[in-house]
Amino acid sequence: MPEKKIRVLVAKPGLDGHDRGAKVIARALRDAGMEVIYTGLRQTPEMIAEAALQEDVDAVGLSILSGAHMALVPRVVELLRKNGQDKVRVFVGGIIPDEDAPKLRELGVAGIYGPGSLTQKIIDDIRNSVRQAA
Amino acid sequence: MNLHQSVLQGDRLALARLLTEIENDSAAGQQALNELFKNTGKAHLIGVTGAPGTGKSSLVNQLALHFRNPTNGDAARRVAVVAVDPTSPFTGGAVLGDRVRMRELSGDDGVFIRSMATRGSLGGLAAATAGLVQALDAAGYEIIFIETVGAGQTEVDIAKLAHTTLVVNVPGLGDDVQAIKAGILEIADILVLNKADRPGVEAAERALLGMLKLGHPTKRTIMHHGQAQTVESTDAEISGDMWIPPIRRTVATDGKGIPELAEAIAGHRLHLEKTGDWKLRDRARLESEVETLLQQSLVSRWRENVNAKKYEAMLEQLLARELSPRQAVAAMLNGDTAQ
Ligand SMILES: Nc1nc2c(ncn2[C@@H]2O[C@H](COP(=O)(O)OP(=O)(O)OP(=O)(O)O)[C@@H](O)[C@H]2O)c(=O)[nH]1
Ligand SMILES: [Mg+2]
Repeated sequence: MPEKKIRVLVAKPGLDGHDRGAKVIARALRDAGMEVIYTGLRQTPEMIAEAALQEDVDAVGLSILSGAHMALVPRVVELLRKNGQDKVRVFVGGIIPDEDAPKLRELGVAGIYGPGSLTQKIIDDIRNSVRQAA
Repeated sequence: MNLHQSVLQGDRLALARLLTEIENDSAAGQQALNELFKNTGKAHLIGVTGAPGTGKSSLVNQLALHFRNPTNGDAARRVAVVAVDPTSPFTGGAVLGDRVRMRELSGDDGVFIRSMATRGSLGGLAAATAGLVQALDAAGYEIIFIETVGAGQTEVDIAKLAHTTLVVNVPGLGDDVQAIKAGILEIADILVLNKADRPGVEAAERALLGMLKLGHPTKRTIMHHGQAQTVESTDAEISGDMWIPPIRRTVATDGKGIPELAEAIAGHRLHLEKTGDWKLRDRARLESEVETLLQQSLVSRWRENVNAKKYEAMLEQLLARELSPRQAVAAMLNGDTAQ
């Protein structure tokens, strides 16, 4: 039997323009042996939760540069719970002010990564938290 | 409640989890598929294949939208998509990006999209894909698209799953015909010439017609964009029941040609039903699935029962040329290496 693959949804919610950062992360996770479902730009929280459900992912990575994280992230977390995906871990990358980080963690966000974060750290965190959730 | 019961009751999370179990070839997945099998066999399975970037996902998006909101008065159909992308042979990981082109399908409970990586072996992929499709079929999806990249044996195997296979081409590649040559034309039930908004459509269509002529040696006049096209015959005895793959031009980014393509798909389904091919394809598919499973089971049963020492001794005999490989197999089947 093949080992269980880690499946991660990488999404770019919000309205800001480019998805370079999200693509870099998607490739890094692939190179770490994960299956990355990439959904592209301008995803609403509803679209993200729906894709996470259909793809039965272990983790969701959100790339947010627009500053709208306090509106978007809680909604994604809420929808995942509503759909019965409480075990799905949420990771947020982007520009998150220090004072917002504790609030996001309180919501259950498993990791927050500012510009310049090491991708290896992100990979390790996803692996560990998925292992714990199993 | 069991996984399969939840799936039958329309629980989408249960379905998603079942698809994972099937992909992992787990005991739970196998058991659920056994239970669900009697609910399968209803869906129209449509393979969509072609070179990278030809617009397969965009086409699936448009076709799914069409079948969800038919313009010709037909009832809306429930649509599922299995989008297969390659696993990196170096890392075992994959980026599955087909959903990017299918965002218009979100928010519709009548649609279910699942991305899948090719993972390990060829046989394993075909089996996993067949399993996924069976689960979606049992869950009540009436049209199931299977998107695969390229022109390799994998795609041909997966295409054998489908009732109707669309091979997607684009203009301007000229030698794109190369991709078609690699045995892929034989699996095409419908040829799609996508990106018809690009220059070179006429030349590409001529090239495709030329290929068809080689591949289908029978004289037929086919109607195409209101023009009669003659495909020359080299064997007049081939029966009139034959399906000549039609060519359909599309622009998947704006939906041009999609109703005509959908009509060709419906036409192919009708043809399959009329000629009895629908049932024949089903039979061939199930037969090959059983054969593959049988091979796997026989080999693994034999493995469980083998005595390592005796097996080692037999290998030595082979090396010393005291036994030929055939004789070795005969001896093993005889139980000479059994526990
Ligand atoms: N001009 C034009 N562009 C198109 C058309 N259809 C698709 N595209 C574009 O072609 C690119 C590839 O489209 P996809 O639908 O992702 O193609 P694909 O075959 O699924 O790609 P892979 O899954 O990566 O092999 C995208 O940028 C589309 O917007 C079309 O009819 N005309
Ligand atoms: Mg695609």
